[in-house]
Amino acid sequence: MNDGNSSSPLGTGGYSNTTATLALAKASFRSIMRSPSAVVFTLAFPLIFILVFGFLGGGGTRIDVGVKPGSDINNPVIAMLSKTGMIRLVMDKSQADFDKLLEKGNVDAMIDVHKKVNSVAYSVNVVYTSASRDKGGILKSVLNNVFYDKTLKPTVAEIKESTITGREYKTIDFILPGQLGFSLLSTGVFGTAFVFLSLRQTLVIKRFFATPVKRSSIVIGEAIARIGFALIGALFIILIGHFFFGFTLVHGALTVLNMLILGTMGIIVFMGFGFIISGIAKTESMVPPISNIVTLPQFLLSGTFFSIEAFPSWLQPISRALPLTYLNDAMRKVAFEGSGLWDVKFQIMILLIWGIVIYAIAVKVFKWE
Amino acid sequence: MEAKNAIISVKELVKKYDDFVAVQGLSFDVYENEIFGLLGPNGAGKTTTLEIIETLRAKTSGEIIVDGFSVDKNPQDIKQIIGVQLQAAGYYPNLNLVELIELFAGLYGAKIKPMEMLEKVNLQDKAKAKYKALSGGQKQRFSIATTLINQPKIIFLDEPTTGLDPQARRNLWDLIIAIRNAGTTVVITTHYMDEAEQLCDRVAFVERGQIIALDTPDNLIDQLVNSGFERKKEVKKANLEDVFINLTGKEWRE
Repeated sequence: MNDGNSSSPLGTGGYSNTTATLALAKASFRSIMRSPSAVVFTLAFPLIFILVFGFLGGGGTRIDVGVKPGSDINNPVIAMLSKTGMIRLVMDKSQADFDKLLEKGNVDAMIDVHKKVNSVAYSVNVVYTSASRDKGGILKSVLNNVFYDKTLKPTVAEIKESTITGREYKTIDFILPGQLGFSLLSTGVFGTAFVFLSLRQTLVIKRFFATPVKRSSIVIGEAIARIGFALIGALFIILIGHFFFGFTLVHGALTVLNMLILGTMGIIVFMGFGFIISGIAKTESMVPPISNIVTLPQFLLSGTFFSIEAFPSWLQPISRALPLTYLNDAMRKVAFEGSGLWDVKFQIMILLIWGIVIYAIAVKVFKWE
Repeated sequence: MEAKNAIISVKELVKKYDDFVAVQGLSFDVYENEIFGLLGPNGAGKTTTLEIIETLRAKTSGEIIVDGFSVDKNPQDIKQIIGVQLQAAGYYPNLNLVELIELFAGLYGAKIKPMEMLEKVNLQDKAKAKYKALSGGQKQRFSIATTLINQPKIIFLDEPTTGLDPQARRNLWDLIIAIRNAGTTVVITTHYMDEAEQLCDRVAFVERGQIIALDTPDNLIDQLVNSGFERKKEVKKANLEDVFINLTGKEWRE
């Protein structure tokens, strides 16, 4: 281990592949940290999207609920609704005004609360509007959630529909995992493709081959740096989301850890695309178009911004074939529903299959020189 | 150069590409602690030959022994004892010189102090600079520093002075001579015959993949003169490069 020249009679004994791998990882990490494009793709873009969506929704979805004139206002139901933070109660309007607003979808629903005759319980009447079905749906689940809650339990029987998990589902809870996936995708694909192509073209790899370093050390060192960088970026995004925009982390640190484990799986798969692209591309200017062929469809169709259920049915099979769809899906389940990794084994399995296919191709097309 | 021990021995080296024979039956020895020059026009097979000895390229046939190790059987052992400067090689992007030296130290498994390596090639002032920001002569000196990290027995320099101004070139010659005097064997390629004459103990002329002459520069010149060769113009006691150096000074300015 001490120096190179005394080891010659002993053959390669004393040479440490680990030292070489770590030296490469360190160099690569330093290089990535100083590369503007890596920082922009991994952190700035996702954070900008999160900021935009975070502020657009004021931290979440807003549902405007009209309170029917004459409705009881000082009751626990109304109090609970206003406490959720996502429901804005609209009062002081005539029934005729409300009817118009409902028709246009400017008010998402109307509520009328009355004390039941001869009872301590309240009767709650909710009118939804077809102009705002999605928000009506959210309101339904919020109401369910409210009524399911301890304090109101005995008082309510009127509303029975139950679908959603019932935790407050904010825009950030949907957007952040998607942005995280996007960040991992672009770091994995663009970063890996650019680095290996440029190392090959500038003969950096050739110079490495004149040292005793193994090829596996070069790949692993590079991977350690990139995964490390991507995970630091992910952690940063999660923490900003959590502390500034109220991103839900059901089990706190454990949830974060699970998300990072999923992120590692994701980035490894995405780096495979990068290895393939670095092998196919002949010049650096060919990297962005080829990379976009890989990243753009996933960016748009994998549920980064919209739930894939919102896509036309002919498009959904395509969405369901993409690896990012499953990463996003698993991330949301883990973060919002508090699932463990075992609960998202199906998504992990699909990622694993993608990984095997991608690396089988990468081994064939990757070029060292 | 007392005892002529061959540290590199190349026998009947052949390298064929698909439809082109780059090297056809080269044989030569490089002696321990000499500066050996491979000379010849572009495309003669110099770089190919070097890269085969450096274990970077597979040969078609022939035998090469480097300090007792065969390129076929012990390429890893050879890599440990050689230092390689490639023609036009770049370095890892976004790193400064100290960080690059640290990287190579890790790749070689060598424990060295980066600043000491930079001092050897007089680049200690550029420790925090990026490779791309260096001048031509500084780049070559840095490349040579990276070849010395594993304290190699042999270093290979492929056209280290191409594109340098006369001062930087002379400065590099001094460095190469210092490295040889410290006990390292140097194999160098160049297109500058004055350089080969000044620097090399022995030179081999390579043409179309074959060695057409191999001897000390002195002997080769004497042979030509003895064959009746005369320069068209009487040689003066100085040439234009001497004028250049005289006018602009020996100090390299980078």
